[in-house]
Amino acid sequence: MKALCWQGVDELSVERVPDPRILNDQDAIVKVSASATCGSDLHLIGGYVPAMQAGDVLGHEFIGEVVEIGPGVERLRVGDRVVVASFIACGRCRYCEEGQWSLCDNGNPNAGMGAALWGYETGGVYGYSHAMGGFQGSHAEYVRVPFADYGAFPVPDGLDDDAAVFASDAAPTGWMGADLGGVTGGDTVAVWGAGAVGQMAAWSAGRLGAERVIVIDRLRDRLDMAERHLGVETLDYTDTDVGAELRERTGGRGPDVCIEAVGMEAHGTGPQYAYDKAKQFLRLETGRSQAVREAVLACRKGGSVFILGVFVGLVDKFPLGAVMNKGLTVRAAQQHGQRYIPMLLERMAAGELETRHWATHVMPLRKGPKGYELFKNKEDGCVRAVFHPSR
Amino acid sequence: MKPIVKSIALTAGPVVLREAMRAIRNRRVIRRTPLGDSRWLTVTVNAPPDDVAGDERVRRALDLPGLRVRITPALGGRGTELAALPPDEATAGRTGPASRIAGEDPRQSVRRALRDAKSLVETGEVLRTEPTRPHTPGGKLIGALARRSGGEGRL
Ligand SMILES: NC(=O)c1ccc[n+]([C@@H]2O[C@H](COP(=O)([O-])OP(=O)(O)OC[C@H]3O[C@@H](n4cnc5c(N)ncnc54)[C@H](O)[C@@H]3O)[C@@H](O)[C@H]2O)c1
Ligand SMILES: [Zn+2]
Ligand SMILES: [Zn+2]
Repeated sequence: MKALCWQGVDELSVERVPDPRILNDQDAIVKVSASATCGSDLHLIGGYVPAMQAGDVLGHEFIGEVVEIGPGVERLRVGDRVVVASFIACGRCRYCEEGQWSLCDNGNPNAGMGAALWGYETGGVYGYSHAMGGFQGSHAEYVRVPFADYGAFPVPDGLDDDAAVFASDAAPTGWMGADLGGVTGGDTVAVWGAGAVGQMAAWSAGRLGAERVIVIDRLRDRLDMAERHLGVETLDYTDTDVGAELRERTGGRGPDVCIEAVGMEAHGTGPQYAYDKAKQFLRLETGRSQAVREAVLACRKGGSVFILGVFVGLVDKFPLGAVMNKGLTVRAAQQHGQRYIPMLLERMAAGELETRHWATHVMPLRKGPKGYELFKNKEDGCVRAVFHPSR
Repeated sequence: MKPIVKSIALTAGPVVLREAMRAIRNRRVIRRTPLGDSRWLTVTVNAPPDDVAGDERVRRALDLPGLRVRITPALGGRGTELAALPPDEATAGRTGPASRIAGEDPRQSVRRALRDAKSLVETGEVLRTEPTRPHTPGGKLIGALARRSGGEGRL
């Protein structure tokens, strides 16, 4: 089959690779109809995530049709149209039972790598390095879906592939940020990053009762999209002092909840940015955390900061003093998709949640490298490229 | 990206891993006690002790020569602690970081067996991963790491 493969830092190519097979009784094989680019892939492509191997298939946000099931699959049927959670989780360990699906104990066969990096391993992810399980990704004609009864969700009729695909990753991630960030009625929420994840966090904050939502980025087209579709306020961090602006817009208090949806390749301004770039280049830190720092400093006393952006190792100049002295709650997680996907699909089907506009560049899989180039450089208003392997 | 930048960027992964390994090594130095290598290895299984004790698959997964196995209720009724201790003669002199990287630390296979037993009780299977491609650049290293890493928790 055809698949989009990682070949090295900033090198992608479409290759012929072996079709996936059922390896476990609870596996299904899904014929991919749409598979989207995610900001997390950029960290892989940039070489910031360890344990990638040339030839690994990328992609973890996808929708498709079940074409084969293992003998242990009970709920899914061949022919079902499903959206699949990006994290591979068993549904029966303590973490899964508690709704912390990305922490699944049984979803990552390469457990020792995660344990070496973080003390304990996390669950597995499609197309996201051998440290996260070494599973092949969804930018391919077919993909193997382990624990299929728990990770694949039937899609309501009438929902278009290019909208429903985001129920796999971007939508539950954004929702989780607002939910676990503790957004409640009357809150003011600030969101760093206006990618699909940040936009979804902003929308979710509104649904959970926030009265005011402010989205921060520098890309005008994304900020415009957020204003148009979500009716939120925006800030361009390149032409204002974000902390000062947030302070005055919130009556001198600061936002109640700050959600970071930027990740370890944060862009920035001024000497701090130059410092981070140099240190990351020399591998003295593995992530640039400009947006996290800003969120921590901007947050009101006693407020909460939720980190959705992906980090793998060490960051520098983290304002721990602000966390401590302001009494902040800082949380973070890889997304617990299985917990939110059915609810989000319902909201999509009811027309309440619109996601189709994030699919700014829909293209055949063979144009994958071009899609990532547009997405990485944020050219031509690209929010997410979506690949259709069968075209 | 220029080739020089690329090759530096490519080292990101190994550097992170190397730092992690260094931390582990340092920790071992601090923690080295006469009993350091005779620590029981433990996993917590999300099932009641009787179910774990009576499960034939657990017995089979942990059927390694000389292995001692202990089953106790986890605190707070949170499942079962399943622990195993490899025999002294198996571990003597073979549990350092070098043995781990070489995949020769006998505790690695015990850790893997515990994980497998837990997964069998909780899910009915042990998840398999797609084969790695050893002939590509980086593939040998990752294949080796992946083979080791199912074992004794920390590489
Ligand atoms: N937690 C999870 O499970 C999960 C899931 C999906 C994505 N993510 C992560 O979320 C992050 C965002 O994902 P995405 O797909 O929306 O990515 P994206 O690349 O489309 O968007 C990132 C946005 O951040 C903006 N940005 C950069 N520096 C900034 C700064 N200093 N302040 C404010 N904005 C800044 C960029 O201009 C861009 O619009 C990534 O790190 C991704 O890895 C996490
Ligand atoms: Zn993602
Ligand atoms: Zn689980």
